[in-house]
Amino acid sequence: MNKHTSPGKYAAGVKEYRETYWEPDYAPKESDILACFKITPQAGVPREEAAAAVAAESSTGTWTTVWTDLLTDLEYYKGRAYAIEDVPGDDESFYAFIAYPMGLFEEGSVVNVFTSLVGNVFGFKAVRTLRLEDVRFPLWFVTTCAGPPHGIQVERDKLNKYGRPFLGCTIKPKLGLSAKNYGRAVYEALRGGLDFTKDDENVNSQPFMRWRDRFLFCQEAIEKAENETGERKGHYLNVTAPDVEEMYKRAEFAKEIGSPIIMSDYLTLGWAAHNSLSKWCRDNGMLLHVHRAMHAVLDRHPKHGINFRVLTKLLRLLGGDHLHSGTVVGKLEGDRAATLGWIDLMRDKYVKEDRSRGIFFDQDWGQMPGVVPVASGGIHVWHMPALVAIFGDDACLQFGGGTLGHPWGNAAGAAANRVALEACVKARNEGRELEKEGKDILTAAAKHSPELKIAMETWKEIKFEFDTVDKLDVAHR
Amino acid sequence: MSNVQDYNSRLSDPASRKLGTFSYLPQLTEEELRKQVEYIVARGWNPGIEHTEPENASSNYWYMWKLPMFGETDIDAIFQEVEQCKKANPGNHVRLIGYDNFRQTQGTAMVVHRAEIKV
Repeated sequence: MNKHTSPGKYAAGVKEYRETYWEPDYAPKESDILACFKITPQAGVPREEAAAAVAAESSTGTWTTVWTDLLTDLEYYKGRAYAIEDVPGDDESFYAFIAYPMGLFEEGSVVNVFTSLVGNVFGFKAVRTLRLEDVRFPLWFVTTCAGPPHGIQVERDKLNKYGRPFLGCTIKPKLGLSAKNYGRAVYEALRGGLDFTKDDENVNSQPFMRWRDRFLFCQEAIEKAENETGERKGHYLNVTAPDVEEMYKRAEFAKEIGSPIIMSDYLTLGWAAHNSLSKWCRDNGMLLHVHRAMHAVLDRHPKHGINFRVLTKLLRLLGGDHLHSGTVVGKLEGDRAATLGWIDLMRDKYVKEDRSRGIFFDQDWGQMPGVVPVASGGIHVWHMPALVAIFGDDACLQFGGGTLGHPWGNAAGAAANRVALEACVKARNEGRELEKEGKDILTAAAKHSPELKIAMETWKEIKFEFDTVDKLDVAHR
Repeated sequence: MSNVQDYNSRLSDPASRKLGTFSYLPQLTEEELRKQVEYIVARGWNPGIEHTEPENASSNYWYMWKLPMFGETDIDAIFQEVEQCKKANPGNHVRLIGYDNFRQTQGTAMVVHRAEIKV
């Protein structure tokens, strides 16, 4: 037990933050929530003062001393900036490491943690820009969160699919199809060999296709494709809705008609609603696919916002069986090493600090199940060798245009992708190097698959070679 | 449309049924099968063999051939076991499993013999 000490006499006025919130000698406790911020201070503000200000404003601090400070043990409750580091290749910004005591947070509430960590502090005048790069969640917090409804192993068992990535496709055009025509596109893709098809994120319940009609036609498509191929199939029925009552109504209906999986958009739906839906999914045996619309608003700018690795961690805590991760090779933004880092954070039980992947803290997930990373966006058969090499088996590879754009239609497009996937998995198992030998592997597989041959001729020239905006911080001079 | 090829898959045709991993590739040759066995052993997984009549293939539970070969690392012994299962069950599909006991799942399950479908 600590010796009881008086807080001393009350003195009104404004103190410098660093007097209270900068503690370079502090050794973080295992129970602390740790955060790494990239801070760009306003001109003339010393690093220690800026770091201490961020610690204060994201925990107990107010701009001035108040007498009620003396009614509590602020020494316990305050966040502490305990370390400062240079950002490689950047003279104006620095990393600040802040420790928050466990008593600051509600158990099991991701909402509560982030209301503190990315709350008012992001509009704080003393910092020009601020980015939350990583958060270490202590095991006590992890175990108070529900986590993924099922996890990777249970999903494989439910779907009876092993030893290869899942294969999917987003139905296009993303908006404007009637429910019956949409179901046709689903059926064709599934009978050709895909495991999943997907509602696009903004397919909810518009006048051109109300949700109930879509659910019923898609379910008929799934059942027919299952009977035809003998394999299990699913379509991510998007239950993202204007209010939670409507969300539950759609989820219940999906369950009633026998769908194995539903989908939500965790950022636009809201974390509390998503957390509830995830718990509902576990209670009702429904897999949950999670889309991430709005993430780039938060995570793309290298100096301001929230890094996607943090959004990844918080989704695993909130719960979801699939989460979009970026592809590394497709049309959407994604640095390779950073993507590998957050893929590990989705799937592994324990992730070590690894600055080369942008991971600032060890993260212990205890027994919490993993999330399947989903690679989707601008990918086609020629990307398959790299995707299998990068993602391994526990991933879902989704080819939208790369399935539906096949000159012979969706079934042929699906078959081409399935053949390419299995050929790459087989070659990898044989010890071949996919990224070096990809062309030979696909060309050999195409000898037995006219669908793959045509796909390879159709998409040979397509490349996406814009530079990544959000790169890892590395010295460049 | 003359250069568009039809996708030949039918409810009425039992040959349209697929069998999971590697069922979209040509039947594995002996040499290819040995490499997959090597992969399972190299991962530290426990090999297991299952088989089924084609009409019951959609079930989770195929017939187990004997017991999983816990700790078996002899490629020839595993390969011979697959051959024996095929011989003893000539009309059946056969799959090879790699049990990953640390992750409590099948690390892989691949079809290694597809029975001829009689219509």
